[in-house]
Amino acid sequence: MKGVFTKEEWFGNIRGDVLAGIVVALALIPEAIAFSIIAGVDPMVGLYASFCIAVVISFVGGRPGMISAATGAMALLMVTLVADHGLQYLFAATVLTGILQIFAGVFKLAKYMKFIPRSVMIGFVNALAILIFMAQIDHFVGESWIMYALVALTLAIIYLLPLLTKAVPSTLVAIIVVTAIVIFMNIGVRTVGDMGALTQTLPMFLIPDIPLTFETLQIIFPYAVALTVVGLLESLLTASIVDDATDTDSDKNMETRGQGIANVVTGFFGGMAGCAMIGQSIINVKSGGRGRLSTLVAGIFLMFLIVILGGVVVQIPMAALAGVMIMVSISTFDWSSLKTMHIVPKTDVAVMVVTVAVVVYTHDLSQGVLAGVVLSALFFAAKISKVKVMSLLVNDGNKRIYYIRGQIFFASVTEFLEEFKFSEDVEEVELDFSAAHLWDDSAAGAIDKIEMKFKQNNTKIHFKGLNIESKDLMNKIGGLSNNGH
Amino acid sequence: MKKIMVAIDGSEHAERALQKAISITASPEESSIDLVYVVDGDKSKSDVLHYGDSDTARYKREKMLEKNADIARQKGIQVSIEILHGDPAETLISFANSKSYDLVLVGSRGRNKLQTMLLGSVSHKLVKYIDAPVMVVK
Repeated sequence: MKGVFTKEEWFGNIRGDVLAGIVVALALIPEAIAFSIIAGVDPMVGLYASFCIAVVISFVGGRPGMISAATGAMALLMVTLVADHGLQYLFAATVLTGILQIFAGVFKLAKYMKFIPRSVMIGFVNALAILIFMAQIDHFVGESWIMYALVALTLAIIYLLPLLTKAVPSTLVAIIVVTAIVIFMNIGVRTVGDMGALTQTLPMFLIPDIPLTFETLQIIFPYAVALTVVGLLESLLTASIVDDATDTDSDKNMETRGQGIANVVTGFFGGMAGCAMIGQSIINVKSGGRGRLSTLVAGIFLMFLIVILGGVVVQIPMAALAGVMIMVSISTFDWSSLKTMHIVPKTDVAVMVVTVAVVVYTHDLSQGVLAGVVLSALFFAAKISKVKVMSLLVNDGNKRIYYIRGQIFFASVTEFLEEFKFSEDVEEVELDFSAAHLWDDSAAGAIDKIEMKFKQNNTKIHFKGLNIESKDLMNKIGGLSNNGH
Repeated sequence: MKKIMVAIDGSEHAERALQKAISITASPEESSIDLVYVVDGDKSKSDVLHYGDSDTARYKREKMLEKNADIARQKGIQVSIEILHGDPAETLISFANSKSYDLVLVGSRGRNKLQTMLLGSVSHKLVKYIDAPVMVVK
């Protein structure tokens, strides 16, 4: 476990880390509560998760200064599991997610992130932002104008206060002001307390109360797989962002394993699965947080606040929370992707839009990512499968040379075969592969077919310019070697 | 030897600041320009999303700065580039004050009066807190 207990990573920036940790703890509370509500569980489940994950990851994570806790991306995946099977199955799924992530870390799967195209990742964050926003709309159903006014006030404070002072976090001020107004003016609006119980106690170790049967595994496994994938995607993306913002490097495999350990612990302490958070990590870095201490302080201070101030937290009106979450969704959305839409290739835009559409339709980020990756692969195959064949007659029309340019593989062979004039009356043909590459058995099969068809027409055939890999392929599976060329 | 710092953010306003810096250097051999670019948290987010990872983002930034640097190098001016991380205003101020520049140039984004009043501006803060003379290029 290299680097976990190095002095620099823990105590290289004590003042900055402690201050940033406190700022992050304050910002985490409304999000942890809101994400619990999205998942359909008591606020405590998200708060315990945020506490456990932040504390554990500060020791075992690979990216110092990154904040992990209960997240919207993960909460959205749990909704049906909680609704259909209950909380205990969520805890079990959380533990299983952790175990799968530990395996992913041990087998160093982080490098396969590169198979996720950038436009899919942009679609991922945009879809997440849209879903967080949509989840807030539910809170407006059946509410009076007071709700709208309070949400507007919350947003106004969040966005306008920083123009006057940046000394205090504006979201915190917004929550305090709006809560105070509701309490003192005795406005009867729904509060956090109406959404579920909030106990002022530390999380306790518990073993999920589920039957240890194959059927249970069948229920939780698909959820755990989706949680594993989405959790690691967001965590590794966030790790790269923190790498960039702090101009330092991080161990992605260690982070992957760390996320797993954090989720296993969380599941046994009554918390829901979580992952790294882009927004909170940026807040941490901007507030001066760099080391592991910042994440630890964030987790501990969050729990401290709940134990001390739990009675006040339940009085926070849902309007204030909805306002904060609308801000979170606005800052999560990648607005630059709209600005660059007209410059980037249309296929990339299509992949991004399809990723978003699938997520918004299914409420499942993992399905959106899958759809995006598949569509990207199809676009790529379509682009690369364009093979150009040019030909010219030489030797007084007795010989035709075909110049082939492009990638010959399963997706391109059909078009490729159509380019040849098999029944043309020439003595010999030459196929020049100098600018081509044969990739698979479909390619080898196509070459055999071309050879056969020309021979049927009594036309001599020569191959030229095959690169080494293509030759190897033909030697292994094709009939070219028998041709003596 | 005149030491000049130009804050670059990839916009055309910053490019104008660079052009100004070039045009006011009396003798190119006697002047050096530092092109300084600051990456903040939000920039990191959008760059990593669009370029895939931190290394690629860094490479793209260096390329953008080198392109600007070449403009000045063609005039025979000695140019170096610097990529910093943090809050733009704070980072530029502490960097500028840690080196003794004879002049600092920044581009103004040309906001209207209301926007400037409400939002303030990075260039305002630079003018106020950088020890060296600061020129804001419109």
